[in-house]
Amino acid sequence: MNKANEAEMMIGGDIFVNALIAEGVEHIFGYPGGATLHIYDAIFKQNKLQHILVRHEQGAVHAADGYARSTGKPGVALVTSGPGATNAITGIATAYLDSSPMVIITGQVPTALIGNDAFQEVDAVGISRPCTKHNFLVKDVKDLAETLKKAFYIATTGRPGPVLVDIPKDVTINRAVFEYPETVEIRSYKPVVSGHLGQIRKAADMMLSAKRPIIYSGGGVVLGNSTKELIDLTRLLGYPITQTLMGLGSYPPTDKQFVGMLGMHGTYEANMAMHESDVLIAIGARFEDRVTGVLEKFCPYAKIIHIDIDPSSISKNVKVDIPIVGAVDQVLQDLIQTIKETDQKSDAGALTTWWKQIETWRAKNCLNYDRNSPLIKPQFVLEKLSQLTEGNAFVASDVGQHQMFVAQYYQFAQPRHWINSGGLGTMGFGLPAAMGVQIAHPDETVVCVTGDGSIQMCIQELSTCQQFDLPIKIIMLNNGYLGMVRQWQELFYDKRYSHTYMEALPDFIKLAESYGHIGMRIEKPSEVENALAEGLAIKDRLVFMDFVIDQDEMVYPMIAAGKGHHEMLLSPERELA
Amino acid sequence: MRHTISILLENEAGALSRVAGLFSARGYNIESLTVAPTEDPSMSRMTIVTKGTDEIIEQITKQLNKLIDVIKLIDLTEGIHIERELMLVKVNVSTAHHREEIKRFVDIFRGSIIDVNETNYTIEMTGTADKLDAFIKTIDSTLILEVVRSGILGIARGSKSLHL
Ligand SMILES: Cc1ncc(C[n+]2csc(CCOP(=O)(O)OP(=O)(O)O)c2C)c(N)n1
Ligand SMILES: [Mg+2]
Repeated sequence: MNKANEAEMMIGGDIFVNALIAEGVEHIFGYPGGATLHIYDAIFKQNKLQHILVRHEQGAVHAADGYARSTGKPGVALVTSGPGATNAITGIATAYLDSSPMVIITGQVPTALIGNDAFQEVDAVGISRPCTKHNFLVKDVKDLAETLKKAFYIATTGRPGPVLVDIPKDVTINRAVFEYPETVEIRSYKPVVSGHLGQIRKAADMMLSAKRPIIYSGGGVVLGNSTKELIDLTRLLGYPITQTLMGLGSYPPTDKQFVGMLGMHGTYEANMAMHESDVLIAIGARFEDRVTGVLEKFCPYAKIIHIDIDPSSISKNVKVDIPIVGAVDQVLQDLIQTIKETDQKSDAGALTTWWKQIETWRAKNCLNYDRNSPLIKPQFVLEKLSQLTEGNAFVASDVGQHQMFVAQYYQFAQPRHWINSGGLGTMGFGLPAAMGVQIAHPDETVVCVTGDGSIQMCIQELSTCQQFDLPIKIIMLNNGYLGMVRQWQELFYDKRYSHTYMEALPDFIKLAESYGHIGMRIEKPSEVENALAEGLAIKDRLVFMDFVIDQDEMVYPMIAAGKGHHEMLLSPERELA
Repeated sequence: MRHTISILLENEAGALSRVAGLFSARGYNIESLTVAPTEDPSMSRMTIVTKGTDEIIEQITKQLNKLIDVIKLIDLTEGIHIERELMLVKVNVSTAHHREEIKRFVDIFRGSIIDVNETNYTIEMTGTADKLDAFIKTIDSTLILEVVRSGILGIARGSKSLHL
């Protein structure tokens, strides 16, 4: 090695930071420890890459996830070895089940100690294998830059997902020449892009021959940035469209063709239309059990077309008739083109009859609720929030009844604004995810809708919000219960409320204030609108709004376990229109 | 139905556990699994014998293909193919009668005796799993000290082949 080369050599920590900068990463969420000291030292010595210090590694990963979901760019989290890595796992699994593009870096004990049960050693690659798209252990500093490039490439292409890179401490202090490759080739990884044209033609034919068609779209449309194509296709066909929890925001919710969310807490009209349909057009959706109801009763009359980038999503739960593997935007463009070019026309008469039928279901007004209650109804809070923000706020939620109320009552006008843990259902996701969104969108309104149970699972992040001046609006729907679990106990366990009562809740106002935030308690329906307006108007502070809501409120409509789409339980108030 | 799936995968630390982990996490069963590097040391060839309905086998091949380390795979069962397994058996042959009998069966099954001492023979035999099973059933089971089987290897007949 000659002198000149030696001058270009960098330690692994600097290579790491420079690689991230070369990749275009601006923010990284993390928490330091022994194994990442050299990396943290490298972060200290520069100012291009901003590090956001969280208060728990789960928070770091959720924050990076929220950042990724709201921008489409990969989220990056950095944690130390051992407990840092294990604390990150919940966040990684959350990202995996919702196909969020992320790169998670874990520190590791020095290579010479690996396998020795060294201090703070865990097999991070082994533990994370089932919940990552792929993972790497970097054994030599010479491989560091290229491995990071591969990690970003894998995380963001094809069906996105989290990729973990485990870096032993010695690798971060050893030296190598820094060279960040512009592109990488992985011979065993070639994601498909365009769909098979023959299949697309068959699909167009089946779609146009339908008498009772329905479009069912999911998170794949959001991930694949295919909102425009979805809207174009839906308008071109004039067919009803329903969406999954993860798909919301990728079709205008106020449009007449939109029949609402489907599935366990979907609308009556969406689920009935699914059940009665003769052609089901599934786009970037994966037939998850909360969506399908019991499989034996799923869409008994329908022929199914399924468009997805992941071949393993096709015919996994439900056998489909026309599979199309490809990137959603490409496939939809080809489909639209094919439909425009063919002489075949859809059956206008049948469609009119179908829409009439759908309108009778819609007339049930299944999302109606008691508007005269002296208690605050959670639905009312979200309806008002939706109106005040015109459906344009970023809303991150936790998991429970409050999450379903957001999905039902907040009218998301844009994609990538609805940030929730749909696949894993991780309580504790909401607040840190909202932080990531706010970091990515400093001037936008970011709301975290949470419950009295969920907020306590990552409440420590209130401190991070203070440190980084994140003016998140926390809307806590406080029912004093683990409401969603309680709902099942009420309906199916004879009201034996086993361990779902949140005794000993803190005074959330004081708690928020102790972190330097603003706290508000709202106890009457008449105060709701003003309180929301007041809270939303505060642009420079975090506002914690504790809405004391009707403890007995339930999420309706509902498909119980073992039931089909046509067997929904409706709310007792639905007739009050 | 029983399927034999042949996989080319990156010869990297952890690749095997990705495949094994996939089978256990998704509840697929593995009857046998063999793996070793190919003529190109950067790649390994794996043969997995599994059982399942057509739907399950379809999912297994899709899930395997989804693993980043999997370069290519074929389900050999879809075409005509050859399967072979290697077996080593150590038997107790302390009497002349037993030595005689074992030697005769080994010849009939076209195996060979590869290690001998006063009381033991070690037999090597290759063939289909059925043939090896038949041999084990044929010989006197009280004589068997040890059976070691390699698991099944497979290759397509004719010009069809699994390569880069
Ligand atoms: C980490 C985690 N643990 C447990 C659960 C199971 N669970 C689902 S909803 C829920 C209740 C949530 O209560 P809260 O946050 O108060 O929301 P609510 O349903 O009352 O609106 C629980 C315990 C979960 N989803 N995540
Ligand atoms: Mg609650």
